[in-house]
Amino acid sequence: MTNSQPRAIVAGHGEFAAGLVSAVEAITGRGDLFRAVAVPDLCAADIEALLRETMRATGARVLFTDLHAGSCTMAARRILRGMPDAVLVSGANLPALLDFAFADTGPDGAGAGVAARHAADRGRAAIDAVEGTP
Amino acid sequence: MSLALFRIDDRLIHGQVVLGWGQPLDVGFLVLVDDAIAASEWEQELYRMAVPPGIDLYFQTVSDCLAALDRFRADPRPGILLTADVETMRALAAGGGIPAVNIGGLHHRSDRVQRLRYVFLSPREEQALRDIAARGVPVTAQDVPSAHAVPLGEILGDGAAK
Repeated sequence: MTNSQPRAIVAGHGEFAAGLVSAVEAITGRGDLFRAVAVPDLCAADIEALLRETMRATGARVLFTDLHAGSCTMAARRILRGMPDAVLVSGANLPALLDFAFADTGPDGAGAGVAARHAADRGRAAIDAVEGTP
Repeated sequence: MSLALFRIDDRLIHGQVVLGWGQPLDVGFLVLVDDAIAASEWEQELYRMAVPPGIDLYFQTVSDCLAALDRFRADPRPGILLTADVETMRALAAGGGIPAVNIGGLHHRSDRVQRLRYVFLSPREEQALRDIAARGVPVTAQDVPSAHAVPLGEILGDGAAK
C-alpha cells in the first residue's frame, strides 16, 4: 500500500469493485489509489447518494464502473451533470485500472481526468480473444 | 410474443433488465412508464444511453401507455414494460390486459419494510400489490430469470394474496 489519497472510485455489481481493487493491490501495491464501492440492494437514488458522498469524502473525480447499462453507471452519469471536472469510465477492466494506477495525476490529482481517458483507451485495447491451436 | 414482462423496478433500466432478462427474452423494445421521465428530455437521454443498439426504448406517461398498450401488445417483438413504483403498475393494471406483474427490485427506503433481499415495501405499496392481485393478476417477485418466482402471498407472509 502507498497510503495515497484515492484518486478514483470503482463501483459495480457484486464484488466487482473490491475484486478489481484487490487485483490492482496484488499486482502493483497501489490499490489505495482506488476506493471500492459496492451497492448491494440499494435503490438508484441511494446509489447516486453513496457515490456522491464517496467523491466528496475522497476528493476523487474519476469513476470506474462495470457495465454500460448498470445502476452505478446510470448514477455516475447523473453525478457528471454539473460536474465538468469529473470523468466516468464505464466497462472498466483490470488493464484500465492498472494504467490509471501508474499514471502521473499530479500531486493534487489534477491530471486524473486525462489519466482516466488514457486508461479507458488502454482497457479497450487490452481485450482479446485467442483461439486454441491443434 | 408482444410484451413478455411487466416489471416493477426502482432502478428501471439496468443490467438485470437489459442483460438478465433482455438476452434470454431476445427483447426488441422496452416501454418505460413514468410521468416525470416522459416529461424530461435529459432523463430520456440518460436512459437511451444505457440501451444497447437494436432495442427500441419508448417513454410513456401512464395515460399515454394505457392508450398505447394494444399497440405494444401487437408488436411482434418481445418487449418489457417497466415502472419504477407500484402505484404506476396499479394504474396500468386497472386498465386491464396485464397478464402478470413481476417485482424486480424495490429497495430500501425509510417507510419500507424488507420482505425479500431485493424487495422492501411500504404499507401503501403492499395494499397496491394486493389490489393488483385482486384483479386476478398474478404478482411475483423475481429479480433474474434463474431465480425462484416468489408469489405475493409468500412475499407478504400472510397467504392472503393470490
